[in-house]
Amino acid sequence: MTVSPVYLDNNATTRCDPEVVAAMLPFFTEQFGNASSMHAFGSEVGGAIAKARRALADLLGAEFDHEIVYTGGGTEADSTAILSALETQTGRTEIITSAVEHPAVLTLVAHLEKTGRAKVHVIPVDARGRLDIEAYARALSDKTAIVSIMWANNETGTIFPVEQLARMAHGVGALFHTDAVQVVGKIPMDLKNSAIDMLSLSGHKLHGPKGIGALYVRKGVRLRPLIRGGHQERGRRAGTENAPAIIGLGKAVELAAAHMAQEQTTVKALRDRLEAGLLQRIGNSFVTGDVENRLPNTCNIAFEYIEGEAILLLMNREGIAASSGSACTSGSLEPSHVLRAMNIPYTAAHGAIRFSFSRENSEGDVDRVLEAMPPIIEKLRDMSPFWRERDVHTAAFNPTYA
Amino acid sequence: MWEYSEKVKDYFFNPKNSGILEDADGVGDVGAISCGDALRLMIKVDQPTQTIIDAKFQTFGCGSAIASSSALTELIIGKTIEEAMGLTNQDIAEFLGGLPPEKMHCSVMGQEALHAAIANYRGEVWVDDHEEGALICKCFGIDEGMIERTVRTNGLTSIEEITNYTKAGGGCSTCAEGIEEVLARVNAEMVAEGALAADRAFVAGAAPLPVKEKKVVSVNAGANTSKPLTNLQKIRLIEETLESIRPSLQRDGGDCELVDVEGNRVMVKLTGACVGCHLSSATIEGVQARLVEALGMPLLVIPVTNVH
Repeated sequence: MTVSPVYLDNNATTRCDPEVVAAMLPFFTEQFGNASSMHAFGSEVGGAIAKARRALADLLGAEFDHEIVYTGGGTEADSTAILSALETQTGRTEIITSAVEHPAVLTLVAHLEKTGRAKVHVIPVDARGRLDIEAYARALSDKTAIVSIMWANNETGTIFPVEQLARMAHGVGALFHTDAVQVVGKIPMDLKNSAIDMLSLSGHKLHGPKGIGALYVRKGVRLRPLIRGGHQERGRRAGTENAPAIIGLGKAVELAAAHMAQEQTTVKALRDRLEAGLLQRIGNSFVTGDVENRLPNTCNIAFEYIEGEAILLLMNREGIAASSGSACTSGSLEPSHVLRAMNIPYTAAHGAIRFSFSRENSEGDVDRVLEAMPPIIEKLRDMSPFWRERDVHTAAFNPTYA
Repeated sequence: MWEYSEKVKDYFFNPKNSGILEDADGVGDVGAISCGDALRLMIKVDQPTQTIIDAKFQTFGCGSAIASSSALTELIIGKTIEEAMGLTNQDIAEFLGGLPPEKMHCSVMGQEALHAAIANYRGEVWVDDHEEGALICKCFGIDEGMIERTVRTNGLTSIEEITNYTKAGGGCSTCAEGIEEVLARVNAEMVAEGALAADRAFVAGAAPLPVKEKKVVSVNAGANTSKPLTNLQKIRLIEETLESIRPSLQRDGGDCELVDVEGNRVMVKLTGACVGCHLSSATIEGVQARLVEALGMPLLVIPVTNVH
């Protein structure tokens, strides 16, 4: 194949920007010192980390540098926030989260509930993936230790009203944490004027390196470290700083700030052109999520009567990378909990494909996908027993479901 | 990304016999919505010879579901109804050069569709006996339903027993937590039903930490301890022991044959699904342990690669 691949799976991970790699490289071999050391080797690294921390605080609109705690990634940041709140919020034992949360949060809170360490309220969403605010209000009480609700959903891009949710949480004295790994670098933030207490982010979602993330902890919010054993990060996250990754994330953050406007203009335009083009070319397909209120780079389209993994395999043969909410691609046998929470019918949920853009995509990428998708969908529908009998399939094709 | 064999990819990208078979003599519709797949198999039967002369499929499902459906039609065309009834999901998986463990249910769906289509042809009603419950052990594809049944039938009370009876947990062992949950629940139910003494029931958290046992090769463990074995006796014993192991390997779509014996070195060839399986080294270890036990002498089992 001579054509270059089309990468539209940027919500899964992004390409590390070459400028980021260049910024990191000296810190492997030349400036390899431990930031904690007294000698010159260490202090140079310490200075570079301080600069990176300032850049990240700026991108978030945080007031103080020390509100940033570097972690091994978004998942560790989520765990730190939730477990800390259970310790510091004495007398409060309940957690509130949403049904469409990332497994980094859902799996943890399920485990806490199972082991009797917390009572968990999972707030449902409607068919467009919007949070049931009334159910949320009912769940809040003086027992709530922490609310953890994502800023935007990774599968549909749907944005949650985190500011309003945070104020409501404060109304009952609860902490508010948000998993913002999909949002940081895509939407401007001003955390110093926000009610959000804690926020998780991840480096590799914004063209930074993998294995680095951060938890923003608003000044005054008490934090109990997840990992103890050292004074790093002011004792809030022990372990020698991952200096190359922190500095790489610093560079990625600078680039994200410089390209922020582009996300809302060019990236959004590419997404919209792809979405409109696919819906126009392919019948029996629809967009999932809250179309008016979602990330500018994400679009999730359900192609009815066919299955996502089969679509992805055929797309992969055309050099196009995306992802699917289908059961069969995830390594588990469970269909996407996000689409199930939205009550998307099975025949559509299994054929849902997520296209997620970044600033590195081009008009040519959109053209390629618009050209490749119709025959792929047609080929699979031709093979599907549901397709030909779609109007009467409940009567004519009625298999025994296990 | 799944690791599909070249044949699975070929049968997915270029499926044979997909479409509708006009005036089919038997139609079988099956599906498992938990994995989002459904299959309609249509067969045409030559009455006098009871031979399947044509077959077509329609599948809603993932790559391996489509490939399994297509492979199924290729396998049954030309076979008599009786011959086709003997076909198992292992035959489908083998035909495709193996399937990832999580995808073995696709081949099961194929076998079920075949039974449903034949039942339909014979004017019978096919009763679905599809497995239920979450997939617990990914290494061996063992689901909750199978573990529960085995625990109940055999009165099992430990993870080790479950691994011995079902193989669940015998691979990477990361599913130990899942097995514990099923075991604790089923044992508690059995105690409540009076089928198990309360003090025998498994209680999560109470289990001692597993200690990895040091392998002790006992030279006197075998049956023939008085005299050293002759070469012929040794080879016979090795062959007999391998024969007794093979059925369990074949159940997983694999196989093992003796290539040569030199002193205490036993050369075997793993075939079928064992080839390239990430558990093949565990298989070799298992074979070695069985041979050592049977012969009562230290042996080294060496896998020999396929010679094409």
